[in-house]
Amino acid sequence: MSKPNGPGEKSFVQGLLDDGMGGLQHNAITARIEDLVNWARARSSWPANFGLACCAIEMMATGGAHYDLARFGMEVFRASPRQADIMIVAGRVSQKMAPVLRQVYDQMMEPKWVISMGVCASSGGMFNNYAIVQGVDQVVPVDVYAPGCPPTPETLIHAIETLHGLIENGQLLKRRAQTGAGADVHVEAVPAGDAPVQVLLGTR
Amino acid sequence: MTDTSEEHQPEVAAPAEPPTMYGARRADVYGQIVLHVTREQYVPVIKQLLDDGHEMCIDLTAVDYLAFPTRTLPDGIVAERFEIIVNLLSMGARRRVRLRVQVPGDDPVVPTLFDLYPGTEAFEREVYDMFGITFTDHPDLTRILMPEDWEGYPLRKDYEVGEIPVQFTSPNPGHADRMEPRP
Amino acid sequence: MTAIVDTIRGGSDAPQGLKARSELTARELMREVGSVLRMSEADVAKLGEIPVDPSEDQTMIINMGPQHPSTHGVLRLMLELQGETVLRCKPIIGYLHTGMEKTGETLTYMQGGTNVTRIDYVSPLNNELVFSLAVEKLLGIEDDIPERAVWMRMLLSELNRMSSHLLFLATNGMDLGAVSMMIYGWREREEVLRFFQKVTGLRMNHNFIRPGGVAADLPAGWRDDILRLLDLIAPRLDEYDTLMTGQPIWRERLQGVGVVTAQEAIALGATGPILRGAGVPWDLRRDQPYLRYSELDFDVIVGSYGDAFDRYAIRLNEVRESMKLVGQILDRMPGGIYRIQDK
Ligand code: SF4
Repeated sequence: MSKPNGPGEKSFVQGLLDDGMGGLQHNAITARIEDLVNWARARSSWPANFGLACCAIEMMATGGAHYDLARFGMEVFRASPRQADIMIVAGRVSQKMAPVLRQVYDQMMEPKWVISMGVCASSGGMFNNYAIVQGVDQVVPVDVYAPGCPPTPETLIHAIETLHGLIENGQLLKRRAQTGAGADVHVEAVPAGDAPVQVLLGTR
Repeated sequence: MTDTSEEHQPEVAAPAEPPTMYGARRADVYGQIVLHVTREQYVPVIKQLLDDGHEMCIDLTAVDYLAFPTRTLPDGIVAERFEIIVNLLSMGARRRVRLRVQVPGDDPVVPTLFDLYPGTEAFEREVYDMFGITFTDHPDLTRILMPEDWEGYPLRKDYEVGEIPVQFTSPNPGHADRMEPRP
Repeated sequence: MTAIVDTIRGGSDAPQGLKARSELTARELMREVGSVLRMSEADVAKLGEIPVDPSEDQTMIINMGPQHPSTHGVLRLMLELQGETVLRCKPIIGYLHTGMEKTGETLTYMQGGTNVTRIDYVSPLNNELVFSLAVEKLLGIEDDIPERAVWMRMLLSELNRMSSHLLFLATNGMDLGAVSMMIYGWREREEVLRFFQKVTGLRMNHNFIRPGGVAADLPAGWRDDILRLLDLIAPRLDEYDTLMTGQPIWRERLQGVGVVTAQEAIALGATGPILRGAGVPWDLRRDQPYLRYSELDFDVIVGSYGDAFDRYAIRLNEVRESMKLVGQILDRMPGGIYRIQDK
């Protein structure tokens, strides 16, 4: 592997790493393999589409041209849980849906993460009644909660980016292995802006 | 299925001869035609309405008047616990007709309308699921919205809303079970 | 958590699913083969007799959904297939049952809007409109609604019809494999939502049309925004025509598929584009006008074959009609107050 030719000058590899793969701290030689894997996971996490109600519409809108989830390697909504890494539970989970939700979650390959999108999924929201599961965390371990009814696409992107940060830092999976619990991170709501879209990146 | 309970319907001043339509007691409420039919009249009257061009059944639903037995009804109509409500539409005459059937709480059974309006099949299943009213001769009377092993009929007034107290865990960083994103 | 999961898993909706043919009565079977009107009961009984539980290699029963790319989450279909032909189909619903009726029992009239706006979340304003009209009728104030509120309601519900139809076009394209259509549809819908956000403060679930009027006045510059919107969307609808309407694959996949005859649509109580697609010219805005629709000039789009293509074309052209209506409303928008002040 070529070395930098001198101070201030970058090698091809270094340049690629700096500009093309912004988040990578080490280069390919010095990185711990675990970091590399986490980095790759964070940047190609595909969501399982689990749209349930109004929030699903916003989730699809986030995948559309204007918000362009593809920037984060997330545009491929997989119908098959076997191909998905992140389950975005978008909307209200009814008592009848809960077993299906759990089954889809069980069918997903490890490593897997869950975003609870919207107040309905997080806590039952305004529907505190017999039909709705009061918080999807009773059924699956939740890593990030996105607030809002519906969360704006900006909020969803913020939640996704936060999760990407967590995936990259790696403690998440260790913790799941130990306690079976999700990360339980609450992000702030981001108001929908006029174009151009403001995106708050998650802390890395 | 909208719950129109507690609606106080001002009836028109009772004329000397109570108005009828197809032999059923008729009331005009808010400019809409309402027919109060008995369970025996239910299917024959609807059959007549269908033959007269009310070709579409827009809705079939029920109301549980458990807490409101003193509602205003035309003379001669005895208030029962349940009411089945059918909304018919005649596109030719641009007219809507609403039927109200009193159904006693201890014998919640009515005949199905499936043979007249096939579209009522799902509505009737819903009413069965939510109110526990049985429709005789229905082709497939199973629960439609709730899981099959659900207990109770959710829209009955004596069924609890099922609220559980909101128990938010602290959103503060001090919360023991939380993990912070890496700084 | 496991305890809860186990209890939930114990639940079963098997009795709601598709049964073997031999276990069915003729009426049930008739319903499932979708021939409630086409065949007599005797014919269907025969149908039920001939392949009594055909051996496995002839037909198969497939469970489609509730988690399936084209059911969008909440519809489950049990299908009996022979090759690619669907012999029987039974929809199983209730996966999105929210108990709104029960929640609604505990709300006041003014709170009700928050509930109903979430019923059909792609056209929240129209839901609110219906609820508000009903409440106003019950309270006897339907004639007291200020003119501006009435016209604002029409404006918003027409715009909402546009965004809802655009969503249909987008997802319809997506389900048929025309993914670029999805991107286009969302792009245009986003423009409409942007206007909603300016007016109501939210992109969806606005709770803006309330009993007694609307929640707030139109913001400054709304007229320019709408004119811009109309200018923007008109050529893009023509773009859809190029992309889809005349395109052979699109036609192949939609024409002659899912035919609903007028007789069936009426018997099954279908309304909206499904009914009009079957060739029945029934549009409440024209036939039982509410608000001030009787004063406006628009066409009712009607299909002729009742197939999926007609339903697509109706929606596309209804967007155009709605734009026409929005233009007229724009010219006639009265001033004044936007909600009842003294009740
Ligand atoms: S949180 Fe709000 S927008 Fe999301 S599903 Fe629930 S009601 Fe709909």
